[in-house]
Amino acid sequence: MEATYNYKVVRQFAIMTVVWGIVGMLVGVILSAQLIWPALTEALGPLAPYLSYGRIRPLHTNAVIFAFGGSALFATSLYVVQRTCQTRLISDGLAAFVFWGWQLVIVLAAVTLPLGITTSKEYAELEWPIDVLIAVVWVAYAVLFFGTVVKRKTQHIYVANWFFGAYIVTIALLHIVNSMAWPVTLTKSYSMYAGVHDAMVQWWYGHNAVGFFLTTAFLGMMYYFVPKQAGRPIFSYRLSIVHFWSLNFIYMWAGPHHLMYTALPDWTQSLGMVFSLMLIAPSWGGMMNGIMTLSGAWHKLRTDPILKFLITSLSFYGMSTFEGPMMSVKTVNALSHYTEWTIGHVHSGALGWVAMISIGSLYYLIPRLFGREEMYSVKLINTHFWTATIGVVLYIAALWIAGVAQGLMWRATNLDGTLTYSFAQSVNAMYPFYTIRLIGGTLFFVGMLMMAYNVWKTVAVGRVVDDARIPQTVAA
Amino acid sequence: MDAGFYSSVVTVVFFIVFVLIVWWAYHRGNKQKFDDAANLPFREDPEDTRKSE
Repeated sequence: MEATYNYKVVRQFAIMTVVWGIVGMLVGVILSAQLIWPALTEALGPLAPYLSYGRIRPLHTNAVIFAFGGSALFATSLYVVQRTCQTRLISDGLAAFVFWGWQLVIVLAAVTLPLGITTSKEYAELEWPIDVLIAVVWVAYAVLFFGTVVKRKTQHIYVANWFFGAYIVTIALLHIVNSMAWPVTLTKSYSMYAGVHDAMVQWWYGHNAVGFFLTTAFLGMMYYFVPKQAGRPIFSYRLSIVHFWSLNFIYMWAGPHHLMYTALPDWTQSLGMVFSLMLIAPSWGGMMNGIMTLSGAWHKLRTDPILKFLITSLSFYGMSTFEGPMMSVKTVNALSHYTEWTIGHVHSGALGWVAMISIGSLYYLIPRLFGREEMYSVKLINTHFWTATIGVVLYIAALWIAGVAQGLMWRATNLDGTLTYSFAQSVNAMYPFYTIRLIGGTLFFVGMLMMAYNVWKTVAVGRVVDDARIPQTVAA
Repeated sequence: MDAGFYSSVVTVVFFIVFVLIVWWAYHRGNKQKFDDAANLPFREDPEDTRKSE
């Protein structure tokens, strides 16, 4: 037992990543269809209220971020920490607790959100009993991860584990501080913060959920799977150290850019803007480090669809981390905020970066967890790649145009100072773009179905690997 | 000694810490150590490295 790795928990989370990815993205497709046909789900009669836009929008965000993204991160972090520390997880029981605890959180979210039970804090909608459960599972995860790092047989702690470690510590801090609330009943609580403080704490949490959940942790994934799939060590290990610490120093302060031109003190808004602008340096440091790992082996990109996923995800990461700082500039934000541009930006990061790096890593991981040389169909990975890429590009291009059009229509005034367009006119202008977005999102969703088929076939011909041996020679 | 004073001190301390991190990362004496660390994902049993040719 001691001489093998714990692949069971990795396998469980890897399979659930695909399952929750499909569920979360299906809800996304339904939502984008509702924007075109608002009465879409009304035919369901008594069920309709539970599937109204306001109820299932948080279901979508929670499912794709915490169920899909979360499962991908649990799977990869628990795999990477074992392989690079050359030791088994400290406890199989704790690993099982983390898996089943997290699945329970997801199921509770899927039940409570359509019922309308919500704190109304974005990305932190779940009510207090579920928040308590999340905190318990997260502490167990931290003990499991850091305990394994402490027990390592290698001398160094590989950089991917630093990124995963920062994510685990920070998410615990953010979740606990932002979820502080006074419970009234089992399903209702009030935030401990009031007014503008509540807004600031919420977006300190909200932006660091982007920074540490959707960025730092997925960079941890990148630092293991890109070198492994490319067959060469990371371009610059020293750059990875410097950009790791700069990300940590800077990200924490960027939250106020979500509250431009609000009651938040002006200096806080400027602080948020300046820190957001500085973020471009460490973000691009990570992107360059990942892409340059391929230097001298660019030809592999032609034939290896897994590398295509990984490298394209880094390109989207670079794009969205350029777009983000730009949108945090007050004058740009005055145009972009509250428009579809923001949704486009989020999906450029979420589909282009987060989902694609996870998909690439899973295509690497799944054959190894099921005793196969490669996926059932490598050709299908390539089809998935192009379907997903075209889907993302359609999605974000449509929402860029939509957002800028919306922003310009809202601010247009006649000579006498009255508004040129009514709000309904700006909604009407959205239809063509919403349609393109629905097509793009559907393509991405179809790609996930291809992945599910490919995984199913790989598992069917594979075997459960529970005897992956730990190297016995002590490495540096 | 108001809050502004302390935040200035913290900013300067953080900046110095960051400069030290950069110095540590690029210090010549640490090069071997970091090269070893960069190769950690590749120190595995032969049968597991089948794809990283």
